[in-house]
Amino acid sequence: MNGWEQHLAVAPVALPLIVGAIMVTLDEQRAKLKAALGLASILGLLGIAVFLAIRLHVGIGPGIAVYRLGNWPASFGIVLMLDRLSALLLIVTALLGLAAQLYALPRWQRMGAHFHALLQFQLMGLNGAFLTGDLFNLFVFFEVLLAASYGLALHGSGVARVKAGLHYIAVNLAASLLFLIGVSMIYGVAGTLNMADLAARIPQMPAANRPLLEAGAAILGIAFLVKAAAWPLGFWLVPTYAAASPPAAAIFSMMSKVGIYAVARLVLLLFGTGTGASAGFGGTWLVAGGVATIAFGAVSVLATQDLPRLAGANVYISSGTLLAAVGAGQVGVTGGALFYLVSSALAIGAFFLLIELLDRGRDIGADVLAVTLEAYGEGEEEDEEDDAIGVPIPVTMAILGICFLCCALLLAGLPPLSGFIAKFAMLNALLNPAGLGKGPALIPWSGWALLIALFLSGFATILAMTRAGIRNLWATEDGAVPRVRAIEIAPILMLLLVCIGMTVAAGPVMRYMQAAAATLHAPQDYPRQVLGRTR
Amino acid sequence: MELVLAIAIGLLAGSGVWLLMRPRTFQLIIGLSLLSYAVNLFIFSMGRFPIGAPPILAPGGQGDPASFADPLPQSLVLTAIVIGFATTALFLVVMLAARGLTRGDHVDGRPRQ
Repeated sequence: MNGWEQHLAVAPVALPLIVGAIMVTLDEQRAKLKAALGLASILGLLGIAVFLAIRLHVGIGPGIAVYRLGNWPASFGIVLMLDRLSALLLIVTALLGLAAQLYALPRWQRMGAHFHALLQFQLMGLNGAFLTGDLFNLFVFFEVLLAASYGLALHGSGVARVKAGLHYIAVNLAASLLFLIGVSMIYGVAGTLNMADLAARIPQMPAANRPLLEAGAAILGIAFLVKAAAWPLGFWLVPTYAAASPPAAAIFSMMSKVGIYAVARLVLLLFGTGTGASAGFGGTWLVAGGVATIAFGAVSVLATQDLPRLAGANVYISSGTLLAAVGAGQVGVTGGALFYLVSSALAIGAFFLLIELLDRGRDIGADVLAVTLEAYGEGEEEDEEDDAIGVPIPVTMAILGICFLCCALLLAGLPPLSGFIAKFAMLNALLNPAGLGKGPALIPWSGWALLIALFLSGFATILAMTRAGIRNLWATEDGAVPRVRAIEIAPILMLLLVCIGMTVAAGPVMRYMQAAAATLHAPQDYPRQVLGRTR
Repeated sequence: MELVLAIAIGLLAGSGVWLLMRPRTFQLIIGLSLLSYAVNLFIFSMGRFPIGAPPILAPGGQGDPASFADPLPQSLVLTAIVIGFATTALFLVVMLAARGLTRGDHVDGRPRQ
C-alpha cells in the first residue's frame, strides 16, 4: 500500500476519536445529530476495514502492513501493525458497533448520558488494541476501551448495573496492574516493547534471562485471560454482561475477544514456531485453561435460568474454545478458530440484542418461576385449553423465533450455519494434523481434550437453548406479543445475515482465515516487515 | 538501594492485596491505590538505578550513555500514573453511585449488618 492508502491504517483509531470528541461537546438535546454522526462514523469504519482487509488479502507479500506514527523508525516510535487478523477483527468490531448503534436509536440512547460518545471511544479502543504493534500502546488502548466500557456497562444506571459494574471495574483495575507488571518485566529483560522487535530478540535471548521473560509473559497472559474471562478468572463476566444494556452487551461480546486476540498475538508471535528455546511456552496451560473454561461454560449454560445470563454463559464457551484452539498451536486449528471467533462474536452480539426484545413486557421473575416449576413437575396440566387447534403465530413472534433459532444453531455449532463450519474446521485440523488423507498421525492429549470439550459444550448449548426457546417462544405463559420496531430487529437480522453469508461463502472466507492463521504462525515475517523496510 | 526499594514495593503490594480482599469499598479503593503505587515503583525499577552517575552531560563533555537511567520506564510510569489516576477517579464515582443506590458501602451491596 502506498500514497494516501497507507494512511488508512490509522483511520480506525483516528475517526472514532475525532467523532467521539465532537459528540462530547454537543449537548444531549442534539440526539439526532449525534446518532447521525455515530452512524456515519461506524459505516466509515466498516468501509475502511473491508477495504484494508481486501487490499491486504489480494496484495503480494506476507500480508503485514506497517504504519509508523510520526514516521519514527520502529522500536523508537510506536507502530501500528496491520495483518489479516487485525483487519478481520476491525470488520467484526464495526459490524457489532453498527448493530449496537442501530439498536440504541429508538430507546437506549435516551436512557443515559453520552451513549454515542462512549460507543465511539469503545470502538476506538477496540480498533487500537487490534492494530497496535507495541505492548505498552496495547495497554493504553486497553485502558481506553475499558474506560469506555465502564461507562457503557453503567449506561441506564440502576442497582443491578452499578453493583455489577463495581465488581467489573475493580477486577479490571487489578488486571491492568498485572498488565503493567508483565509489560515492565518484559521490558526489563528484553529492552524493547515493540512486538516485532521482541519476536526478533527472543530467539537470541540468553538462557539466564528466559525465566524472567517467561514470568513476565505469564503475568501479562493472566491479565489478558482476565479480560477473556477464562476460568477461574472470569466470574465477573456474567453479572456484568447480563446487567448491561443490550447495545452495550452486544459490543462487549467483542470486548472479551480482545483478551483472546492479545493472547493469540503474544503466544504465536513471541513463543510460536521457530522462536528458539521458549517455543510453545504456555500452550499447554492455554489448552487446559480453555478446556476448563468450556466445561465451566457448559455447566453454567445448563444452570442459568434467565436469558441474559444464558448469553453471558455462552461467552465462556466461546472464550474457552478460542483459548484452547490457540493453545493447540496448529495452523489449521487457528484458522478454524478465527472463523469460530467471527461467527460466535456476531451470534452472541445478536443474541444479547434479541433477548431484550423477548423479555419485553414479561415480568422479571418469569424465567426463574418457569424453571422452578419444571423442576417440581408443576404447571403441566393447565395447558389443556380450548385453543387445541392453535392460534396463528404473530409475524413478530415468527421473526423473533427464527432469529432465536439461528442464534441457537450458531452458538451450538449445528449445521447448516457458520458455527458448524467453524467447529468442523477445528475438529478436522485436530484429527488430521498433517492434512486430510495424509495417514494417521499421533494426536496429543490436548487435541482429544479439546475435541471432547467441543462436542459436550455444543450438546449443553443446544439443550439449554432449546429449553429457553420452548419457555420463551413456544409455550409462553401469557402469550403477549412484544412490541418491536423494525429498527430494533434490523441489526439482529443484519448480524445473522452476515453469519449466513459466511456460511454461503464459506470457501473464500475460510481461505482468508487460513491465510490469516498462516501469517500468525510465521512470526519471523513480522520483524522483517516492521523493522527491516525503511521508507 | 535495591533492597529498600524491594521491601517498599513488597510492603505496598502486600497491604494493597490485603485491602483488596476487604468487604468495604473504601478499603478496596485504598488497596487499589497502594497496589498501583507498588506497580509504578516496580516499573520504575525496571530501568535499573545507576547511583551517582552523571546526567546526560558530564562536566566538560558528554556523559556515558551506559550509565544513564533508562528514560523509557520513566515515561511508561508517567503514562501509568495518569491512566491509573483517571480510572481510580472513575471508580470513585461508581462507588459513590453504589453507595447512594444500595445505602451501604459493602462491595456486594449488602447493607451493614
